[in-house]
Amino acid sequence: MASNEYVVRTKGLVKEYTMGDQVLRALNGVDLDIFRGEYISIMGPSGSGKSTLFNAIGGLDKPTTGSVFINDVDMAQLDAQELAYLRCHTIGYIFQTFNLIPVMTALENVTLPTVFAGMSTDDGIERGMELLKIVGLGERFFHKPSELSGGQQQRVAIARALANNPSIVLADEPTGNLDLKTGTEIIHLLKKLNREQGVTVISATHDLKMVDVSDRIVWIRDGRIAKIEERAEIELHIGEMEGEQEELTH
Amino acid sequence: MSTNINHKDRKIHRQISLPFSKAFQISMESIRIRFWRSLITASGIFLGIAFFVAVRTGMLFPSAGPASEVVAAENRQLWLSIMALVVCTVGITNAMLMAVTERYKEIGTMKCLGALDSFIVKLFFIESCLLGLIASVLGSLIGWFFVTIIHLLGGEISHMTAIFWLGSLKLIGLSTVLGTFLTFLATIFPAIRAAQMPPAAALRVEI
Ligand SMILES: Nc1ncnc2c1ncn2[C@@H]1O[C@H](COP(=O)(O)OP(=O)(O)OP(=O)(O)O)[C@@H](O)[C@H]1O
Ligand SMILES: [Mg+2]
Repeated sequence: MASNEYVVRTKGLVKEYTMGDQVLRALNGVDLDIFRGEYISIMGPSGSGKSTLFNAIGGLDKPTTGSVFINDVDMAQLDAQELAYLRCHTIGYIFQTFNLIPVMTALENVTLPTVFAGMSTDDGIERGMELLKIVGLGERFFHKPSELSGGQQQRVAIARALANNPSIVLADEPTGNLDLKTGTEIIHLLKKLNREQGVTVISATHDLKMVDVSDRIVWIRDGRIAKIEERAEIELHIGEMEGEQEELTH
Repeated sequence: MSTNINHKDRKIHRQISLPFSKAFQISMESIRIRFWRSLITASGIFLGIAFFVAVRTGMLFPSAGPASEVVAAENRQLWLSIMALVVCTVGITNAMLMAVTERYKEIGTMKCLGALDSFIVKLFFIESCLLGLIASVLGSLIGWFFVTIIHLLGGEISHMTAIFWLGSLKLIGLSTVLGTFLTFLATIFPAIRAAQMPPAAALRVEI
């Protein structure tokens, strides 16, 4: 469970996009501390900066100013090789659109990060099969993404994210392209991995189903953190929300 | 602490020197698994080179007739072969630019999974050289073959001298190198550009 050790810290994070002579501030001073082993949901309306924050924390884009610390290392200080190493070993990424490599089988997709980690082919395959079993796709390892349902593709993506035992799994709307039931399954899978393997899960989402499993919820609006709610504070309205969802499913 | 850093350095090093054989294997696989797409890309290179070689092969057969007409015909053929080279270059550039562009998302994804920029460039380097070589060899041979057959059927067997054979060999060899090189050039710049993009930008590219 969550410890009191920081795994991700952001300080005064600002991201500006320049389009012509217009400057758009997608992030406007975000300070966020995330503890090891936490399950964090980042919520907010469309365009509030969730994906921008995801990209900054994941080292997929450079912030305009401010810093991101991963395990107390300032990401801005890393050279290209160290950054690649960090992406390979420390962070696992999950996307709304799954982003599997279409021409590769499920197993090849899951094995790819182990290739970049310098693992031998045999070890990689063994690891890949083990992970596919964990996400419940042990039998479908030879299928191409196009032969899998959205939920199954997302399971492959989750297995791939875990390939090199990362300490952080970053997800950008992992249930955004899935129906209610499949989305719930994916959320529970992420929660299970968070609980059993101690991996920190940080997920940008619109999906209120995420609220049930999150330790904390970070609400952002116009590129700023509007409020951070602890699980305990929100436990009260979860009942109501679950009630709403029940109605939706029935 | 210092042993920790050493350990990390070693691991990073292992990642950097991802063996060439592994890159070769992934490239081969990449051509094989998108076989039909590769075939279409290769046919762009193939046709360009075949056209160029066909025109140049025609020039190996001397034109008949009065001197002024011969000069005019040779000029025409020279122009035609320059045009053929332009068409060939445009064809190859177009095919390879598309082939790289449609894989921006894949490149971004690979970078998220820990691929180094240089590894991605290496993949495209191997892929383009293999594809360029195969397509250019076939294109040169077939372009040459058809034009030669047509001239043979036209009764020009007397022109098949040692000079002709030597010229043909040189043409086929040079065109193969040219086709492979053009394919490589047309691939490597967009590949480098894509590999150097921050992953977030590469992932956002929609085609
Ligand atoms: N590459 C870009 N160039 C220009 N503006 C951008 C770019 N990426 C994001 N933005 C802008 O930054 C703001 C925040 O975008 P972001 O994608 O982070 O929102 P989001 O919270 O993820 O929204 P959604 O829930 O719709 O995914 C938006 O106003 C968006 O238009
Ligand atoms: Mg978003």
